[in-house]
Amino acid sequence: MIVNPAPTRTAPKGMRIALRVWRQANATTRGRLVNYQLDDVSPDMSFLEMLDVLNETLIKKGEEPVDFESDCREGICGSCGLMIDGRAHGPLAGTTTCQLHMRTYRDGDEIVIEPWRAEAFPILKDLSVDRSAFDRIIVAGGFVSVNTGAAPDANAVLVPKGDADLAMDAAACIACGACVAQCKNASAALFTGAKVSHLSLLPQGGPERGRRAIRMVQQMDAEGFGSCSNEGECEAVCPKQISIGTIARMNREFTRAALDGAS
Amino acid sequence: MAIATPDRPTTAAPPRFFEAATPMPDARIPSGPLERKWTHRKFENKLVAPANRRKYTVIVVGTGLAGASAAASLGEQGYDVQAFCIHDTPRRAHSIAAQGGINAAKNYKNDGDSVYRLFYDTIKGGDYRAREANVYRLAEVSVDIVDQCAAQGVPFAREYGGLIDNRSFGGAQVERTFYARGQTGQQLLLGAYQAMMRQVQAGTVTLVPRREMLELVVIDGAARGIITRDLVTGAIERHVAHAVLLCTGGYGTAFYLSTNAINSNVTAAWRAHKQGAWFANPCYTQIHPTCIPVSGDHQSKLTLMSESLRNNGRIWVPKSAGDRRPPSEIPEADRDYYLERKYPSFGNLVPRDVASRNAKEVCDDGRGVGDSGLSVYLDFRDDIRRLGRPVIEARYGNLLEMYNRITGDDPFETPMRIYPAVHYTMGGLWVDYHLQSSVPGLFVLGEANFSDHGANRLGASALMQGLADGYFVAPSVVPEYLASARFTDAPANHPAFDAAANAVTGQLDRLLKVGGATTPREFHRALGRLMWDCVGMSRNQAGLERALREIPALRAEFWRDIAVPGTADLKNQSLEYAGRVADYLEFAEVMALDALERAESCGGHFREESQTPEGEALRDDRHFAHVAAWEFTGVGTPPVLHREQLGFEYAHPTQRSYK
Repeated sequence: MIVNPAPTRTAPKGMRIALRVWRQANATTRGRLVNYQLDDVSPDMSFLEMLDVLNETLIKKGEEPVDFESDCREGICGSCGLMIDGRAHGPLAGTTTCQLHMRTYRDGDEIVIEPWRAEAFPILKDLSVDRSAFDRIIVAGGFVSVNTGAAPDANAVLVPKGDADLAMDAAACIACGACVAQCKNASAALFTGAKVSHLSLLPQGGPERGRRAIRMVQQMDAEGFGSCSNEGECEAVCPKQISIGTIARMNREFTRAALDGAS
Repeated sequence: MAIATPDRPTTAAPPRFFEAATPMPDARIPSGPLERKWTHRKFENKLVAPANRRKYTVIVVGTGLAGASAAASLGEQGYDVQAFCIHDTPRRAHSIAAQGGINAAKNYKNDGDSVYRLFYDTIKGGDYRAREANVYRLAEVSVDIVDQCAAQGVPFAREYGGLIDNRSFGGAQVERTFYARGQTGQQLLLGAYQAMMRQVQAGTVTLVPRREMLELVVIDGAARGIITRDLVTGAIERHVAHAVLLCTGGYGTAFYLSTNAINSNVTAAWRAHKQGAWFANPCYTQIHPTCIPVSGDHQSKLTLMSESLRNNGRIWVPKSAGDRRPPSEIPEADRDYYLERKYPSFGNLVPRDVASRNAKEVCDDGRGVGDSGLSVYLDFRDDIRRLGRPVIEARYGNLLEMYNRITGDDPFETPMRIYPAVHYTMGGLWVDYHLQSSVPGLFVLGEANFSDHGANRLGASALMQGLADGYFVAPSVVPEYLASARFTDAPANHPAFDAAANAVTGQLDRLLKVGGATTPREFHRALGRLMWDCVGMSRNQAGLERALREIPALRAEFWRDIAVPGTADLKNQSLEYAGRVADYLEFAEVMALDALERAESCGGHFREESQTPEGEALRDDRHFAHVAAWEFTGVGTPPVLHREQLGFEYAHPTQRSYK
C-alpha cells in the first residue's frame, strides 16, 4: 500500500505549525497544555524530528525540553506513542508516531499533543507514561515453558502454514499501548489477545494455553485496565493493524479454560 | 599497566600510543581439532551444583538478544540474575529492528550446507580477521539456536507441509536463513524476552528497567558490580554481584546518523573500558549500502532497507557531474550503471562494503542525485517492465511502502534514492574464548564484544551471534568462572563502590554546571560529521590525523559550552544524552587511532593507501593479521596497544575479488 501517492509535492518548505503540548513535571503534579510555535517545519521531517527541533529551541532558551520516548524510529520498537489531535499515533492508519511525517500537515495547522491517557499507564513526565503493566501481563503467562537446551529439532513439530501466518499476524504487536490509549474503557484486550492468540495458535504453545489465558486475563484486570466493549477503536489505531479477532480468540481460550477448570 | 618504549622514534610529535611490554594474555582457545574444541571445553569447565547456584548474583546489562537470552538461560539454571535495561521494557532493545533473518547450518534445503561451510563463509566474509575457534563454535551452536527459538513459539515462515522455510540471504550460495516475515529480529527478541519473563515469574530473574549503567565497580581486580542511574527518579544505585555481563550493543551512533536506535550508545562499554576492559578493533564498522538518504539537518536517524532490493533494482547515477534533470528525462545513454560497469560478474550484488564505497565515490565526483547530491538511484523500472508490477509489489511491498512513507516518493513512478549508512559495529570490548574481558568477572556478549565477525559481518549473522553468546556460550563459561573464582567480601559500602558512585554523581553535576549554549545534539552532530568525513567508508592518513586533532578540541569545547537544563534528581533526557555524547567524545579518539594504525584495508575498513591497482581493498596479512586491543590510560593520554595474533589453520586467507 502506497500511503503517499502524490509523486510531486506542492507543500512549501518551512511550514508554520502551532503546537499545544501536554507538560507535566512528574507523576504527582498537575499538567497543562502549553502553546508553542514553530516557523520552519520541513515536510520531510518526521513528527518526532519536529519535536526534536522544538526541544532544541527550548534548551537554547534554558527551558526544559518536552520529555517523550522513542528509540528505533522505524516503527518496530514500540517506544513512541503520542495522542495527536485525539488519535493515537496520529491520522495515518497502520503508522507509528515515529513514521508519521510532517508532509501530512499543511502550513498553519495547529496540532494538539497529549500522552497516552489510562489509569494503568501513569504519566511519568510530559508525554512519557509508565507501561510496565504490559510486562506484568507477559510475566503472568505470555511465554512457552521451554528451558534453553531442551528443544527438539526445529522441524520435529510441524505447523500448518495458515496457523503460522495467523500467529505471526498476532505476534507483530509492538506493545506501544495505542490500543489502551484509544479505548474509551482503557482496555488492554487487544494487547493481551494478541499474545494469547500468537501462542495458542502454535502447537508449541498448546500445553499451556488454558492456564496462560486465565492468568494473563486475571493480570490484565488486576492492573486496572478496563473491559472490552467491542468498540473496535484499538484495531483502528493499531500501528501493526492487529485484528480484534485476537480478542475473540482470547475470550474463547479463556472460556474454554474456565470450563476445563484451568488455573 | 606495563609501558614500554614508544612505537616509533620520537621526533617532534609525542607518541600516539605505546606498545604493550607484556605478552598478550592467553585467549584460552582450547587445543585439539576445530570441531572438538567447544565440546571439550564444555566438559573441562567447572560446574556449580544446583543447590549452590542461587547464592551467586549475576548482573546482566542490556536485554537485547544477547542479554535477554543470557538472563533467561542463567535464570533457568538457578542463578540470582538481575537484568538491567535503559528502556521502559526489555522488549524495546534494538535487536528488534533486524529485518532479514538468522543463519543456521541446518542444511534443511539439502543444498550442501554444513557447520563447516557456515564457519568457512563467516571467516572469509570477515576478511580473515576473526578467531577460527570462536567462529566454529558460533556455526556449531547455530543449529541449537533455531531449535530453541522454534520451541519458544517464534513464528518462523513455514512451507505448506508445515516445515520451516529457508532462503538465501546476503549473497550466500546456500539457503540457510530462517526468517519471520521482515521482522525476524522482533520475533527472536520477543522469544528471548518471554523466556526471561518466565524466569521473572519463577523468581530467578529480577528485572530492573529504566536504568542506565554509569560505572563498573572493580574490587581486587575483578568486576563486582555496577552503578546505575534510575532514569525516572535520578537515584544513583549500587548493585553488587559475582559477575557482570555487558550486553549493551554497538557504537554505531558515534557517527550521529546511523540505522541504530536513538538510545543506542557506547556508555556502558566505554565506562567498563575506563575500568580496565580493553577495546578491540574499534575501527571496524559496517556501512550498509541500501539506506534512505538524509533529507536535512533535522534528520535524527537513518532507515535501512533490506539489501534484497538489489536483486531487482539497478543502481545508477548520471554520467556527467551536475546533471540535475529529473531521472525520467535522463536517457539511457546518459546513465552510468556503475556497479554493472565495474563488476560485470556480480553487478548490483557486490558485497556491502564494495557497494557502499562506490556510492560514495560517484557522489564525491559530483554525480550524486537528490537535493543534497548525496544519493544514488535504485531503479526498478526494468524489472517492473519485465516481471510486472504485481511481482515487484509481492516481493518488496512492505519495503516500498516504508520508503514511500518516509520520503513521499512512489518507487513505482520514480527511482528510489539510496545512500550508505552506518549499520553495525564489528569492534567492541576484547574478550577471550570464554567471552571474558580483560577484567575478570566482566563478560561481554553480542555486538558489544569485538565479536566473531572479523572486519565485516555477513547478513543474518548478528542475530545468530547474539543468541549464541546468550543461550549457549554464557551458560557454560559464566558458571565456570563462578566455580573457579575466589570471592572476597564486597559490600555495597565498599570504598570501591563509594568511589564509583561519587564519580558518577560528580560527572552529572559537572554536566549540569557548565551552563553553556550548545545542546548535546549539536555536539553529537558535529562529532558525527567529523567521524563520517574522516573515519567513515573510506579512510586515509590525513583524514584520520585530522580527526585525532579535532576530536580533543571538540571535547574541550563540549566541557566549556554544553547546555543541560533541569536537574539530576528527576527524569532528564538531556542529561542522559549529554553523558552519552561525553563518552563518545572520548571513545571517538581510539576509533580514529585504531583506523590510523591499521594501515591496511580489510572488510569494512578501507584505507585508501592500501588498494589494488583496480581500486579494491588490499589486505596486508603480514602486518595486520591481528586483533588490536586498546588499553585505557587516561582521557587524552596515549593508550597501550595489545596485539593478538590470529592464526588460520583451516580457512586459508585469500584475496576477495568480485570482478
